Amino acid sequence: MPDQALLHVKDLHKWFELRKWGFIHVGFVRAVDGVDFDINYGEAVTFVGESGCGKSTLARTILGLYQPTKGEILFQGKRLQKLGRWYRAQVGYIQQDPYGALPPFMNVKRILLEPMLINRWGTKTQRERRIREVLEEVKLTPVEDFIGKFPHMLSGGQQQRLVIARSIVLNPKLLVADEPVSMLDASVRVEILQLLQGVQAAHNLGVAYITHDLSTVRYFSERIFVMYAAKLVEKATVKELIRNPLHPYTQALLDAIPDPDPENAHKFKEVPPGEPPSLLNPPPGCRFHPRCKHKIEGLCDQESPPEYEPTPGHYVSCWLYR
Amino acid sequence: MEPILKVEDLRLYFRTTKGIVQAVDGVSFELAPRTAMVIVGESGCGKSSLAKAILRLLPRNTHTYSGKVFLDGMDVMELSDEQFRREVRWKKISYVAQAAMNSLNPVIKVGNQVAEPLFVHGKFTKEEALNRVVEAFQIVGVPVDFVDRYPFELSGGMRQRVVIAMALITNPRLVILDEPTSALDVLTQANIMNSLKRIREDFELTYILITHDISTSSELALDAMVMYAGQIVELGKAGHFYLEPLHPYSQKLMASVPTLREDKELEFIPGQPPSLINPPTGCRFAPRCPRRFSACEQEPPMVEYKDGRKIKCHLYA
Repeated sequence: MPDQALLHVKDLHKWFELRKWGFIHVGFVRAVDGVDFDINYGEAVTFVGESGCGKSTLARTILGLYQPTKGEILFQGKRLQKLGRWYRAQVGYIQQDPYGALPPFMNVKRILLEPMLINRWGTKTQRERRIREVLEEVKLTPVEDFIGKFPHMLSGGQQQRLVIARSIVLNPKLLVADEPVSMLDASVRVEILQLLQGVQAAHNLGVAYITHDLSTVRYFSERIFVMYAAKLVEKATVKELIRNPLHPYTQALLDAIPDPDPENAHKFKEVPPGEPPSLLNPPPGCRFHPRCKHKIEGLCDQESPPEYEPTPGHYVSCWLYR
Repeated sequence: MEPILKVEDLRLYFRTTKGIVQAVDGVSFELAPRTAMVIVGESGCGKSSLAKAILRLLPRNTHTYSGKVFLDGMDVMELSDEQFRREVRWKKISYVAQAAMNSLNPVIKVGNQVAEPLFVHGKFTKEEALNRVVEAFQIVGVPVDFVDRYPFELSGGMRQRVVIAMALITNPRLVILDEPTSALDVLTQANIMNSLKRIREDFELTYILITHDISTSSELALDAMVMYAGQIVELGKAGHFYLEPLHPYSQKLMASVPTLREDKELEFIPGQPPSLINPPTGCRFAPRCPRRFSACEQEPPMVEYKDGRKIKCHLYA
């Protein structure tokens, strides 16, 4: 039910209009094209997809940075468009590039103070205490060493910790993390993921984790949504999806991910031909059909597949499961 | 077999306002023809500087550049810069730089850009050169009619293939690939790895692959080198490294790699790599090492392990 979920998204569309010379309508880039999902209280879900599939647009629409073209987003049962500034304090955003996300001329204290000032949060002493609390929580300790530093004085991992601290400083209920670890080194990556997981568990946060790296997902979230060409093609728990991927795209994606195994160097991988379609002019029917080896002539290239539920809790948009 | 590349005690130091950065500090290795060696390590460990030192692409603030580099038995350090540029660079060794796909010239058609090394390094007419470009495009899997396109008309994967074509066009023997797939999607990545494997077999090429993505590196690697703070800490066959790393740093590195199919507890390496300006004496990994002991205050020797691997660690001495 909509009022039980923290975030309920129904038939969400976000189209960007393309104009020639600024006024002649050319077409729409359908970055998000009919997406439904729920995020429950305290649940971490992952959106996985290739670049250009619309996952960042989806993130920004959830954040309220874009107005949806069609469809609705309900946060705690209320329509997002009516919530205004209050909603901004309920949702934290963790950006991909920590250095780009931190203002270079503000020190750590100022960066963390800023959201509280904007939202008129607490008194001066409460704010000071809160800054210490979050810095300790993201393990930028001893706090004294960090509080006066500027972003360029921090390492990549520390910068990302600061971004996480900023995202939780107002005690949000939902975090949107857009590729939070893709810019970091492998060894730091694990550290940040574990930190994020700790924060999520400690405050019972809902998290939308957006990534292209499937191998980190199992360490983080319970459910996973696979996005291809602006649509969600498969939704399942992480374990179920890795054990039993149903959509041909998910299968190809999982097959393409290597585990560190010296045998890999002697094998060739089977990869679907072609590239993801342009979102300006997506193919009719199922958007994966031009690359799909299980294509059913006359069906997959004609009609868009509805969502099926072959096993309970495992949804897939593919005609193979009709 | 005569090694195609032999590096002895190569050093590359940079001068900065804070002091001398010892980016590559006494690196020695050999590379047999037709293999693929992967160099892994955290960012800032000197892997890209090593590639630049081999190619003699030195920045202006170079402080020390010493050691020996033998290419096909020839001591290329003896060559003057001009000779090196004319005889070695791109003729024998070519290079796919990090994020090279974003450094294509936006106002020149990709076909002409790929042909450029041919005009610099050989006497080719325009027509011959374009024929070679078409061949190279077929090898790397770019549709032939893309020669007349501009870089912005190509997807990321296609641009990366174009850059690889540019590295192959002069028929070099050794190709150094610096993070060739790190900015690409999983499927595109798998596709390019397939092409690189096929090209290596068909044209008897040798690869040096520089990456921090250990899972993907296993797609190509036959030999593996682990670098830490400007030095080699483990060097040997890729099979040994992926299955049973020996150096404590390699072990930690492998334990931090998330795997899709296998259930394992992920670890991270506490602390940070040392500054290369004043690296600690003794073992450079000792401050972060879970298995350090008194001997680690001395510089560890390069030990040869029983399976032929070289490990820079007192534990195996």
